[in-house]
Amino acid sequence: MLQVNNLHVHLDTPDGTVKAVDGVTFSIEAGETVGIVGESGSGKSVLAHSLMKLNPEPPAAYPEGDVYFNDRSVLKMNKKELRKLRGSDIAMIFQDPMSSLNPVFKIGKQLIEAIQAHRKRPKKEAREKAIELLRDVGIPDPEARIESYPHQFSGGMRQRVLIAMALASEPKLLIADEPTTALDVTIQAQVLELLKGIQKRYGAAIMIITHDLGVVAHLADRILVMYAGRLVESGSAEDIFYRTAMPYTWSLLRSIPSVGGGERLVPIDGQPPSLIDPPAGCSFEPRCPFATEACRHVDPDLKERGSGHEAACLLSFSEFESLKEGVVSS
Amino acid sequence: MSELLEIKDLHVHFPVKKGLFQRPKQHVKALNGVDLTVREGETLGIVGESGCGKSTLARSIIGLQEPTSGEILFNGKDYTKADAKETREMRRDVQMIFQDPYTSLNPRMKIGDSIAAPLKAYNKTDGLESRVKELLELVGLDPDTHYHKLPHEFSGGQRQRIGIARALALEPKLIICDEPVSALDVSVQAQVINLLQDLQKKLGLTYVFIAHDLSVINHMADRVAVMYLGKVMEKSGAGSFQTKAQHPYSRALLSAVPVPDPVEERSRERIVLSSELPSPANPPSGCVFHTRCPLATDRCKTEVPILEEKNESGQEVACFYPIEEPASAGYAAR
Repeated sequence: MLQVNNLHVHLDTPDGTVKAVDGVTFSIEAGETVGIVGESGSGKSVLAHSLMKLNPEPPAAYPEGDVYFNDRSVLKMNKKELRKLRGSDIAMIFQDPMSSLNPVFKIGKQLIEAIQAHRKRPKKEAREKAIELLRDVGIPDPEARIESYPHQFSGGMRQRVLIAMALASEPKLLIADEPTTALDVTIQAQVLELLKGIQKRYGAAIMIITHDLGVVAHLADRILVMYAGRLVESGSAEDIFYRTAMPYTWSLLRSIPSVGGGERLVPIDGQPPSLIDPPAGCSFEPRCPFATEACRHVDPDLKERGSGHEAACLLSFSEFESLKEGVVSS
Repeated sequence: MSELLEIKDLHVHFPVKKGLFQRPKQHVKALNGVDLTVREGETLGIVGESGCGKSTLARSIIGLQEPTSGEILFNGKDYTKADAKETREMRRDVQMIFQDPYTSLNPRMKIGDSIAAPLKAYNKTDGLESRVKELLELVGLDPDTHYHKLPHEFSGGQRQRIGIARALALEPKLIICDEPVSALDVSVQAQVINLLQDLQKKLGLTYVFIAHDLSVINHMADRVAVMYLGKVMEKSGAGSFQTKAQHPYSRALLSAVPVPDPVEERSRERIVLSSELPSPANPPSGCVFHTRCPLATDRCKTEVPILEEKNESGQEVACFYPIEEPASAGYAAR
């Protein structure tokens, strides 16, 4: 359904051109849940915004590659076509629900506007649809709440309203950019359950962007790991967590404190590289515990490590396995 | 281990002013009768959702917030009744590390000077520069090159290290860490957590560690206190919090954290709490958690459960119906 081909996104800044997305290729099938994981500055949000051509241009530019939605190039669409794509095929929810809602209009008005933008219908019918959507996302007493303003809702409730708004257009793909980062854990659990339920009922594909590996373990069928603007590993949740084939993913997993607590954490030394002037070889080489001389010169492409499992590393799967064992046993 | 900090029946109420004459109509009970003790050399973790009063508690402990009633004893002396001179002395021994190190550093001040500020405030100017460099080295920064830089030249993790260096400048006994790693990426978060643990061992520090992230709390804390709407719902004793937690709210919190393990995560039974946090201005009657509790009965609506010791390990639970069987084994194994 969605196909991203060798996408490059550059951001023009006073300090130089930031290669925020540097040659990313992947696809999303109808109805699946894809998780994109990465740390801040890895380019995951810029990538997500590119799928709807939402990055403001300038500073953003797309020098190479393309995004295809149902075989139509998104990057070549004109304004009218983009409006239609954003209004009905792809919808997005953001991290901070307060800044995505207009504080001076009632929730109902904003929701009805979204419904009308998708398909013109009588006002009464749109209002009923709005109430139904609010009920679907678990807002109690939707008939009354439709008359409330955004500030009268809590953070979790606002996120629900945004999800309802995104669903108004019956999208085929829902992009969720850090949808639960601003929420408390018990509310996060509610919103994650809601997203799962929505997927079942509406059959939309979901792309969830997060830095929280727990969230993708919970939700995603397939996980893409981003580092320094590139995809470094992709595969099923099991591949990523149990058959990790890329040192960055592995280091990231080792640096999370487990709920069980106990042993000392293993942080990743150093900082992610500058995306203005990225290293010549593998972008993770300066921080990689297994880096060799070759890694400094060769930038590895994604290579198959198993069915549907790819990693960008010069080490073969078995070489990496034995290196991992060496570290864990010592 | 002796008790370094004792908090007794602490209340902090904020008036909500309404109407033409701005008369206080209601009070937000940010802290509503909190009892806690912190022993020397340990880490007490405080966990709770936004609005539970954990930051107000931190501010009360370092004396930034005057309590409405109650006592805060530091080394046996009551903080809340101390005069200016005594307060000044106590403040030297209690320092704080903040969530966002960027906003807590002066953007126009070289970080060497920022770290020196508390030393100057207490007239410890002998060998100032070498002391600052020693502190920079202690937190893993380069004493020579980093001394003259400005805050914006550092990454988030490095800034947090600067915040830690400044907190350590006066050789405090107790450090309040208010969400010290929640603004950092996981790989950097691990660096800061390790640093805090190393410093504790090296300098014999006592921490009150406030966080909303249970996995971080479990990793750091010797004992955990769970807060909800200005009250302590449970204090864990020695031993693991995640298996022995008995309060339904603690259990719900634990089960809400997504664990980075797909098989475990998909098979786990999750207690999803209905509804949201009630307003702290108008907390529910009886047990404050009863509106969201899956086990609540009529008794919970009228009677207030008090914190009671449950076993020899010192675990205390404020609930009429604590869950005594341990949390699922698979979960604990993580």
